[in-house]
Amino acid sequence: MLGSLRKIVSQSPRGISASGIRIIASRTYASSAGAKEMTVRDALNSALDEEMSADPSVLLMGEEVGEYQGAYKISKGLLDKYGPKRVIDTPITEAGFTGMAVGAAYHGLRPIVEFMTFNFSMQAIDHIINSAAKSNYMSGGQISVPIVFRGPNGAASGVGAQHSQCYAAWYGSCPGLKVLAPYSSEDARGLLKAAIRDPDPVVFLENELLYGESFPVSAEVLDSSFCLPIGKAKIELEGKDVTITAFSKMVGYALKAAEILAKEGISAEVINLRSIRPLDRATINASVRKTNRLVTVEEGFPQHGVGAEICASIVEESFQYLDAPVERISGADVPMPYAANLERMAVPQVEDIVRAAKRTCYRSVPVAANA
Amino acid sequence: MAATAFSSTKFTQPLPLNSTRSADRPLLFPAHSFKTTPSSFLGSTHKLSLSRAPISPSSSRRSAAVVAVSEVVKEKKTKSSASLSNLLITKEEGLELYEDMVLGRSFEDMCAQMYYRGKMFGFVHLYNGQEAVSTGFIKLLKQEDSVVSTYRDHVHALSKGVPARAVMSELFGKTTGCCRGQGGSMHMFSKEHNLLGGFAFIGEGIPVATGAAFTSKYRREVLKEADCDHVTLAFFGDGTCNNGQFFECLNMAALWKLPIVFVVENNLWAIGMSHLRATSDPQIWKKGPAFGMPGVHVDGMDVLKVREVAKEAIGRARRGEGPTLVECETYRFRGHSLADPDELRDPAEKAHYAARDPISALKTYMLENNLASEAELKAVDKKIDELVEDAVEFADESPLPARSQLLENVFADPRGFGIGPDGRYRCEDPKFTEGTAKV
Repeated sequence: MLGSLRKIVSQSPRGISASGIRIIASRTYASSAGAKEMTVRDALNSALDEEMSADPSVLLMGEEVGEYQGAYKISKGLLDKYGPKRVIDTPITEAGFTGMAVGAAYHGLRPIVEFMTFNFSMQAIDHIINSAAKSNYMSGGQISVPIVFRGPNGAASGVGAQHSQCYAAWYGSCPGLKVLAPYSSEDARGLLKAAIRDPDPVVFLENELLYGESFPVSAEVLDSSFCLPIGKAKIELEGKDVTITAFSKMVGYALKAAEILAKEGISAEVINLRSIRPLDRATINASVRKTNRLVTVEEGFPQHGVGAEICASIVEESFQYLDAPVERISGADVPMPYAANLERMAVPQVEDIVRAAKRTCYRSVPVAANA
Repeated sequence: MAATAFSSTKFTQPLPLNSTRSADRPLLFPAHSFKTTPSSFLGSTHKLSLSRAPISPSSSRRSAAVVAVSEVVKEKKTKSSASLSNLLITKEEGLELYEDMVLGRSFEDMCAQMYYRGKMFGFVHLYNGQEAVSTGFIKLLKQEDSVVSTYRDHVHALSKGVPARAVMSELFGKTTGCCRGQGGSMHMFSKEHNLLGGFAFIGEGIPVATGAAFTSKYRREVLKEADCDHVTLAFFGDGTCNNGQFFECLNMAALWKLPIVFVVENNLWAIGMSHLRATSDPQIWKKGPAFGMPGVHVDGMDVLKVREVAKEAIGRARRGEGPTLVECETYRFRGHSLADPDELRDPAEKAHYAARDPISALKTYMLENNLASEAELKAVDKKIDELVEDAVEFADESPLPARSQLLENVFADPRGFGIGPDGRYRCEDPKFTEGTAKV
């Protein structure tokens, strides 16, 4: 069984919907019309499957990844295929099993640690940062740590403050980590495969609400050799009036906002960051030098966030190109409330993006429009 | 043999062979001697009489201890009893152990000197007094076996074979150090020697060690490397045994039968917190059986006893029989770190353990059993003195890391980070200094 290269083909049946919650449909903008469609869940599952098949040193561990088939069914079918020695159900001991996976990576294995949600990575953050991210440096380059920490990140729905949080800025500020945040099925496949093959620790931030989303995928994306470069953003939509940067679920929101803006004659360029760290400053700066305006969108907290970093980069490198103050859209600066109406207000909405983009183009009254 | 705290009641034979717990002698610290000897096991001070209550003698405690003894250890006892007349070590082994312990001691003494001279900086935690544990365990390992240590890691590195020059140089913050000066006192790594750190936080190294052991098993069973019988030793202290990661890893290691030995260096003090004041049941070895693995207590001031237990535990791991928890009762002769004024430990307690210096004990044993002459041991001392002097000279003369090294080694594949479009490190770019880092 081991080492036998298998052709792709996602084995997971369609439509296992973890949450049933649908976000804004955003397929309009994906390329290659008429291509096959694939859910983000299947994209992740097939990427795991292919990489485990190609390299026997790749293993998956976490809570409920095996017999339960994954809390969100991302690892469906993998236990049957690769057995309990490579798809390892762990006890509920994040610090213990994360540290253990890091130790295995020191020794040349390529573990993938699934956090049931990234909120639980807080229990293991010491190992992600102190044991994984710093070891290559502390050892003077002797000990590299090829490991992937993955799981759903960001606000889910109705689960309250401790289960709704975006960790992009947290991990994005740590030297030694690479941080990826896929949006579409193409991203999910290409970036996860890149993360598994990478020789360094990668934090891979998925989104629960995107798992059930379908996106068109080209034959190239379905090929088992498909891989996306770490550190490269993708221009999802070209435009000339304003640059909107976003990652993960917010890319869909940004595309929806661009659609609305287009009707009002504003041409928005939407950048899907894909990689939080390294950040593709070149692509972002080139875009802003073209549009002269910037709106950043993220679900995380505003202070010291991903948007703040992007703004700093623009101010440092492209200040003279700006025609308007930069706009940051982020989650509210509060722990996530439970009540549905409050929760909605606490995370960015499409209309927030539309409003901010209009402000940068001087198409709306700044203060009144906010109220 | 140097007297042990419990020798009067425990080891009546001149050559105590059995340092492991056995069914008929479950306790190395009988309650009566405990009561009357303020600084016997878990000695601490008489102020702590309240804390002692939970471990007062009772039949249930005894039976619990019996349960703790593994079948393996029991068998071994029978076997070794049969060969009672034999010495525990050969001359060569004895000299190797002696040399390693003297190296550890001299190296650390030199560190103290160099620290006070400003040659090394930050936190420096010395190992004096605990040498029997490092030597007793690590000298039994193969190169492929792994060691995971704590912030008190210099001597573990030396025992594992990392050259004294490389360790001293690392402490001096020089580019010739085993981690190019990027790790420091608390973060010793050597891939070549399978020394996997140097962890500065309590309990942090234990999961990493468990992962190294997991790798050995994975390589044997999944990657089909039949000859991969590598063992991992996790070293940590008594303070760590109240940390959750310790329990998490005992569970996983036993659950998956990983080839690991958890070595507790119980020096009775977590900085200024007495073990008795911190731990509900201070007999740490008893936590092994609670997780389904043998728990063994051994006199950590006696390298020969440590070595016997270590052989057993390492052998068990190598045979694929799973983990062992070994509690070595030891003592550090210096403060927690060189910055610790060490005011809380009772001078009588310190004197008690100083009298049980593991190096003197081995020396006496070797001389009494004609394993080595005074001259031979002196020659070893001299050799080590020169080696440590040479290490200091080497470190002193070695260059500091170059400016460009600042941004090196953050990633195995640094594309996208710290490197400018021209392929040069960004610290060479004049604009880089706009950050707060002064380079």
